Amino acid sequence: MVREFIKLFWVFAKIGAIMFGGGAAMLPILKSEVVDKRRYISQEELLDLYSISQCTPGIIAVNIATFIGSKQLGIAGAAAATLGVVTPAVIIITAIAAVLTQFMDNRYVIYAFSGIRIAVVALVINVVIDLARGNLKSWGKVAAFIIALAVLLAFKLSPALLVLTMGVGCVALGELRRRRAK
Amino acid sequence: MIYGLLFFEFFKIGLFAIGGGLVTIPFLFNLAEKYDWFSRVELINMMAVAESTPGPLGVNMATYAGFNAASISGALISTVGLVLPSFIIIVIIAKLMSKYSCNTRVKDFLSGVRPAVIALILWAGIPLAQTSLTSDINIMIFVGILAAMRVWKKSPVFYIIIAALIGIALRL
Repeated sequence: MVREFIKLFWVFAKIGAIMFGGGAAMLPILKSEVVDKRRYISQEELLDLYSISQCTPGIIAVNIATFIGSKQLGIAGAAAATLGVVTPAVIIITAIAAVLTQFMDNRYVIYAFSGIRIAVVALVINVVIDLARGNLKSWGKVAAFIIALAVLLAFKLSPALLVLTMGVGCVALGELRRRRAK
Repeated sequence: MIYGLLFFEFFKIGLFAIGGGLVTIPFLFNLAEKYDWFSRVELINMMAVAESTPGPLGVNMATYAGFNAASISGALISTVGLVLPSFIIIVIIAKLMSKYSCNTRVKDFLSGVRPAVIALILWAGIPLAQTSLTSDINIMIFVGILAAMRVWKKSPVFYIIIAALIGIALRL
């Protein structure tokens, strides 16, 4: 029994150690480990998990780990898989953060990061373009986007409050529409 | 009491950042304004490190931000805080559901959340641009990198390395 938990932890620690970035980028790695090698779930189930992890809060890769762990060995399994996928990142980032603080006043590191910060802005704008093209496919959604942006710019609304208001607003609209259709 | 505050703030991010790691960015900018845990510039540096090291982006960001705020224990507490809400929610969902799918109300909720999330990320891009694009040369480099990203779909790490080399070569 204990060995199974360790194995679950180990499988997801490996995934956490070799995946980069976020979102759909980690799907191929997950597929090869969880579907092809371990046969925890089928490929269709993985895609289902991916879509449901996008509509639950939190980090997608972590959510998928929690799901699979929970399905395999209950809550303790979920804990083992979640800890697994998170542990390498915590170790690596803590080490890098500790080392980087020592080099942050080096001239060349400063130059490099000045360049890198430009790329980060480009990365963010690039993601916004991708997301907008993938999601803002109706005029209603474009309007929702513009309203959200206007509200953010005009009032200092906290991100959490905005997400909550927009979500609840759309549920209310959906209810109204269904009631009217009856 | 920084630990309690860190836990609370990252728990909130874990609860409201719907759609994955990148969605945590506007929340982290909010933290940079509210507390003196890390500055805007430090946050952008963190994003670069989080993109170019292994691990889920959102976890990397939380760990880094927590470390900056309160060293190793800060890193651990932020990460636990970030992961806990979704952990609880998913354990419950996994128990209740035999087949995975989003129901109508959840879909409605998401159809409102998605445009909000895109607006949030763009909104976080504004202070980002103000901090990073401070000269004409920087703006030209930005346009060049963004154009390259749209044409060649290479990994973020590739562009981060190129930008670092440009930064060193031009002594930005």
